[in-house]
Amino acid sequence: MSSLLVGVDRSASSRRAVAFAARFASESGATLRIVHVIPWSQYTFSTPSENEVRSTRKKEEIAAAESQIMVPAIAVTDEFDVTPTTTVVHGNPAEELVSIAARLGDAHIIVGRTGDSKFKQVLFGSTPGKLIQIASTPVTVIP
Amino acid sequence: MVRATSIDDTINEAVSPVANFISGIIFFSVKIGEPGDPAYVEIPIIVVWLIVAAAFFTVYLGFQNVRGFKHAIDLVRGKYSDPKDAGEVSHFQALATAVSGTVGLGNIAGVAVAVSLGGPGATFWMILAGLLGMSTKMAECTLGVKYRKERPDGSVSGGPMYYLRDGLAEIGHKRLGKFLAVFFSICCIGGAIGGGNMFQANQATTQLVNITGGEAGPLADWRFAVGIVFALGVGAVIIGGIKSIARVTEKIVPIMAVLYIGACITVLVVNFTAIPDAIGQIFVGAFNPEGIAGGVIGVLIQGFRRAAFSNEAGVGSASIAHSAVKTKEPATEGFVSLLEPFIDTVVICTMTSLAIVITGTWTDPNIEAGVETTSAAFGTVAPWFPFLLAVAVILFAFSTMISWSYYGMKATGYLFKDSAKAELVFKVIFCVFTVIGASLSLGPVIDFSDSMIFAMSLANILGLYFLARVIKREITQYRAKVKSGEFAMVDQDH
Repeated sequence: MSSLLVGVDRSASSRRAVAFAARFASESGATLRIVHVIPWSQYTFSTPSENEVRSTRKKEEIAAAESQIMVPAIAVTDEFDVTPTTTVVHGNPAEELVSIAARLGDAHIIVGRTGDSKFKQVLFGSTPGKLIQIASTPVTVIP
Repeated sequence: MVRATSIDDTINEAVSPVANFISGIIFFSVKIGEPGDPAYVEIPIIVVWLIVAAAFFTVYLGFQNVRGFKHAIDLVRGKYSDPKDAGEVSHFQALATAVSGTVGLGNIAGVAVAVSLGGPGATFWMILAGLLGMSTKMAECTLGVKYRKERPDGSVSGGPMYYLRDGLAEIGHKRLGKFLAVFFSICCIGGAIGGGNMFQANQATTQLVNITGGEAGPLADWRFAVGIVFALGVGAVIIGGIKSIARVTEKIVPIMAVLYIGACITVLVVNFTAIPDAIGQIFVGAFNPEGIAGGVIGVLIQGFRRAAFSNEAGVGSASIAHSAVKTKEPATEGFVSLLEPFIDTVVICTMTSLAIVITGTWTDPNIEAGVETTSAAFGTVAPWFPFLLAVAVILFAFSTMISWSYYGMKATGYLFKDSAKAELVFKVIFCVFTVIGASLSLGPVIDFSDSMIFAMSLANILGLYFLARVIKREITQYRAKVKSGEFAMVDQDH
């Protein structure tokens, strides 16, 4: 396993996933990349006024993700001997994680269990659930 | 307490002379024959103006409306989208926003007017006008993206006012360009208030009155009150900035469009034995109409006029909505915008028309030509079916009003250098006219709304002719890039 890919959001379980991945990376010598995917689809509907400022919003969303999700996630890795790289992208979380993993080659995806209600999972599916379905690399889900 | 009807009448009396005066100018017609003669026909110059432009761009751009159709669908599906542009406005989103502004009461009420006045044959000419209109739409949306303005804060504005000003300046017609841009903006404000607002409010209110018992029902005397409710809804979104309402509408409208088409198909299925006869009526009526004022030309004018009002090709409005897309090649949005008149006119308008022709409601003299005709057609399926139409009508009207308020606001912004105060004044006026529109009887509203929307096309199409070479160059170089593979499909699994 040459690289570890950990997908994060704001949840506590994703912090635990980062801790797990950081320990794993420092022990195995694999590289660690922390990824946050901002949920987005090209097929949603928006008003003209939203479209007008979309580019600005995209930058704001990325900046917010960097400061509110990435900074705390990197802080979790401080106690381990590993220097993570980070990526923030827009898209479908599971699909983006799989495609980044495919580009990295020999990768292992690690995510936290999102803890969505059963109702939400039935309706929208969960990211770990979808990852297991579509990933071509090993996936570890941290409770 | 003043009775509501008297308020309606007062508003009617005050607005009608102005509306009649403006529509008299815009709809200046060439008269052929003597009034009273069956062959007598009035040909509004403006309709000829739109159709000639559509035919010209169809030929001049090399029938891209047919040849570029598949490419347009590939673009909308994101097959050519750069993965780095995820999170920006996609082709699909730009198209969907423009379509929700375009698909409105023109598709339901306007078509009914066309068939009532022009007979079933109007459907044929409407479809033809829709197919040709795809080319005009392509021309204006390509320019919209090419000459859009990106502000320092990253926000994007585009549309005819920018390409008229900057595009014409580039080819040495700076003063003309400035004049046309201002003319366009003024008409756009009028069009937003007329067709984009009053007409929508009027027809949505009519349908509400209809399904609650008609003129004898409780709402008949309270049209202005219904208008106030609409105005509050629109105001909440455009002045109050309550995005959730807008978002919900934007999400529901596509579902409604599918539901509306489904409902029309149901009307067709229930009356399936009448389908062959209806198709026969459409073709016979298109070339050899009986009892229609003006004969073939009379039918043709009705079809063309309603198609143009519905899909707005040549008017320039949609170019404002399409301009926000993220793309490096302006022509891509030109191709995508081809689909808009197709969805609007060739699919949705045709559905309405078939429902009306098959059920024969257009021949009933007791039904006022407009949304009532469509409602009666829906009523042949089940008594509750017109309620479904009412929901569709209200949502279509609402989303069109939101889109047009934006177009009007951008035009105001252009005239007043993006002054927030001027834009706010426009929004308030817009809401006031929502109430006025709901209160008026159909005649003055439809004339005023038509005339203002069509007036936009005077400046826009003149600009398109001047910039025709620029448009062609843009599309040709883009086509070459696609052919050579320089602009290639992106591997979506990157």
